[in-house]
Amino acid sequence: MELLARRKLTNQIALGMSMAAMAFGLFWLAWILVTVIQLGIDGLSLSLFTEMTPPPGAETGGLANAIVGSLILVGLGTLVGTPIGIMAGIYLAEYGRFTLLGRVTRFVNDLLLSAPSIVIGLFVYAVIVATTGKFSAWSGAVALALLVLPIVVRTTENMLMLVPGSLREAAFALGAPKHVVIRKVTLRAARSGVVTGVLLAVARIAGETAPLLFTALSNQFWSVDLNEPMANLPVTIFKFAMSPFEDWQRLAWAGVLLITLGVLGLNIIARVMFRAEKLH
Amino acid sequence: MNSRPLDTAPPVRKPVNQMGSRIFGGLSMLFALLALILLAGIIVALTIESMPSLKAFGPAFLFSTEWNPPAEQFGALIPIYGTLVTSIIALVIAVPVSFGIALFLTELSPLWLRRPLGTAVELLAAVPSIVFGMWGLLIFAPIFAEYIQPLLRATLGQLPFIGQLFSGPSLGIGLLCAGVILAVMIIPYIASVMRDVFEVTPAMLKESAYGLGCTTWEVMWRVVLPYTKNGVVGGIMLGLGRALGETMAVTFVIGNTNFLSTASLFAPGNSITSALANEFAEAERGLHTASLMELGLILFVITLIVLVLSKLLLLRLSANEGR
Amino acid sequence: MQAANQSKQSVITGPAQIAFRNFNFYYGEFLALKNINFEMEKNKVTAFIGPSGCGKSTLLRTINRMYDLYPNQRAEGEILLNDENLLSPKVDVTTLRARVGMVFQKPTPFPMSIFDNIAFGVSLHEKLSRAELEERVQWALVKAALWPEVKDKLHQSGMSLSGGQQQRLCIARGIAVKPEVLLLDEPTSALDPISTSRIEELVIELKNDFTIVIVTHNMQQAARISDYTAYMYLGELIEYGVTDELFLRPKKKETEDYITGRFG
Repeated sequence: MELLARRKLTNQIALGMSMAAMAFGLFWLAWILVTVIQLGIDGLSLSLFTEMTPPPGAETGGLANAIVGSLILVGLGTLVGTPIGIMAGIYLAEYGRFTLLGRVTRFVNDLLLSAPSIVIGLFVYAVIVATTGKFSAWSGAVALALLVLPIVVRTTENMLMLVPGSLREAAFALGAPKHVVIRKVTLRAARSGVVTGVLLAVARIAGETAPLLFTALSNQFWSVDLNEPMANLPVTIFKFAMSPFEDWQRLAWAGVLLITLGVLGLNIIARVMFRAEKLH
Repeated sequence: MNSRPLDTAPPVRKPVNQMGSRIFGGLSMLFALLALILLAGIIVALTIESMPSLKAFGPAFLFSTEWNPPAEQFGALIPIYGTLVTSIIALVIAVPVSFGIALFLTELSPLWLRRPLGTAVELLAAVPSIVFGMWGLLIFAPIFAEYIQPLLRATLGQLPFIGQLFSGPSLGIGLLCAGVILAVMIIPYIASVMRDVFEVTPAMLKESAYGLGCTTWEVMWRVVLPYTKNGVVGGIMLGLGRALGETMAVTFVIGNTNFLSTASLFAPGNSITSALANEFAEAERGLHTASLMELGLILFVITLIVLVLSKLLLLRLSANEGR
Repeated sequence: MQAANQSKQSVITGPAQIAFRNFNFYYGEFLALKNINFEMEKNKVTAFIGPSGCGKSTLLRTINRMYDLYPNQRAEGEILLNDENLLSPKVDVTTLRARVGMVFQKPTPFPMSIFDNIAFGVSLHEKLSRAELEERVQWALVKAALWPEVKDKLHQSGMSLSGGQQQRLCIARGIAVKPEVLLLDEPTSALDPISTSRIEELVIELKNDFTIVIVTHNMQQAARISDYTAYMYLGELIEYGVTDELFLRPKKKETEDYITGRFG
């Protein structure tokens, strides 16, 4: 009987710890969100979206150039990375599922998925910035595209694998050639999942800072020239947050709030959309 | 409602063009190859760029603590130490917590709470690292210095040997602070993998253990965990890979100094990623840049090894499952 | 040996549409179909029955060379479609599949509108004007007895239909390309009894225009709708004959055991 009591006690303690661990995890999320909203909301104003990043000590200023720069960089990165990623995902699911090349590529893609983003930054620096001799927005976009790539490859492949084989066979049974089967039937059946993957990829790169440090750099001024360094939210936040100036820090909090809301919003939209489509 | 008979003449069919399939297939293969090219390209490019440093310092680069840009003397020991120590701290905290979360999500949580709680954990993973960094520097570090570090010094700091780890002034920022923030960042990754592998445990296996009168804890610890151990270790390695390569959160709170004279975890330091983030854009072309590139190469090689092990373990679990 | 005897005393009375000659089929090294020899009559319904795993679906799927999709599957011998060997490398498999339509166990509507589901196959093989295409879609839907139910919602998703309607949509899609043969692989196994009987009526109706081959696990269904029945067991064609004969007076002990429910 004593043994049973001890076993029960161990069980109680372990389950208690498990609940504590869950609470611990949620506690950080809540703490971060609350501070970011509290401190970020102060800096939210119209001028945040209309005015340029200020020099230290200036009375006014916003993040307009950084916001626009981020939109351009993320947009370009997604635009370049998505089609390539979808095609590669199609190869893995529809052509190379059982081939050696397919297996090796799948493995390597998973490595790239978790590889440090700062290394991608170094790679793009070595290949583009060092060769052209200058930091530029488009090298930043390339770095972001390289981060988008493995995410889109992974989700596209996963979603295509979920398409029932009978649907594929039904299309082949009508005499459709393979590329028509893929484009018109399987890819379409996997559409919502693929879009979800792209949204998650956008969310991932929207907050990426490290690969931009050596590529797009930052720019205190308004610039939409792809051959020049371009302002962007993450690097601006990095610079402003590390500075001792209070007005810069306030802008950084506002920027962090924008990024957090944007990224979490994208995540939630992606999940809701995917779920709604699945239920359909 | 009988329809009219099938038209007498058979339909005039055009041959289906197979060219499109070949082009499409070739194109998709080309883009898939891009992943392989990218991996090889990263290794080649970083090796070429770090050549001057490789030649100048050789293997001694790994063991030297001197990092002196004006004197063009570079050694990687301090950033490597910082990277390893912060990642180990992160694992020590994150692994038990993640296990607890995964246990809660698979066995304890009421069904209706599972999805929202799972989503919350995944959202924690989605928070950009720069947010963790800024929040860590401006909010967490001061609190850490004021309450937690004195507490640690008064308790763990009094123990023999490991006491040294928790000594010295409370600065807030430093190796320990970076490790704690890294832990919070990798908890969602490890917890998600653990939850997923726990869920693939056959219900029958669990039910037969419960049938023998096992408690929930005993089922988890003696049945589910041994069954899924490859996947669990794979998940931990995945978290380790993330921790090793994390940049912004660490850069904000690690203290960014290349001098280290104490074993204390309270001390500020540097990691490979923070050294890169702080110095690279301003570094002189030449030995300084090359040394930073070599740091990047070292980081990439270490994370690749960890990630390869992680993937292999996870693959082995799914191979077992197929049997 | 048994199968060879079958072909000599020619079971069918009308013209043959499909004929298997010394046909073997392999999954990798495994011989899944052994020395199949028999003929199927034009504009009749032929049913394949047998316990699961006997090879009846495998046999069906050779007639449109579905196995081409899988690298480790291969066929030997001859399958004649109107006296042309469709296993010959000269045969273009996409055109073959236009001549031999197929409907699967579960409804497989494509993720597109009802209209596009049917137009999909047609526009692959024929160059039609919009009006001709619309006419063909309507023709196929009328044939498949689905027209009255969908004529006002041709542009809704094919997935919005009920299970039975989806299966009739798949039949319409198959016949829209005007094949000579229609293969049905357990087409009612996922359907309720009412939808099943509608499909059965439809099959009897359709044999005026097409040669129909149906795989079924349901012996009553085979008895109700087929003209000829083939009983298969362990990859062999055990007995082939006129459906009523085979069910009332099976010649082989194995067939009798199966249809009287002694095993399977």
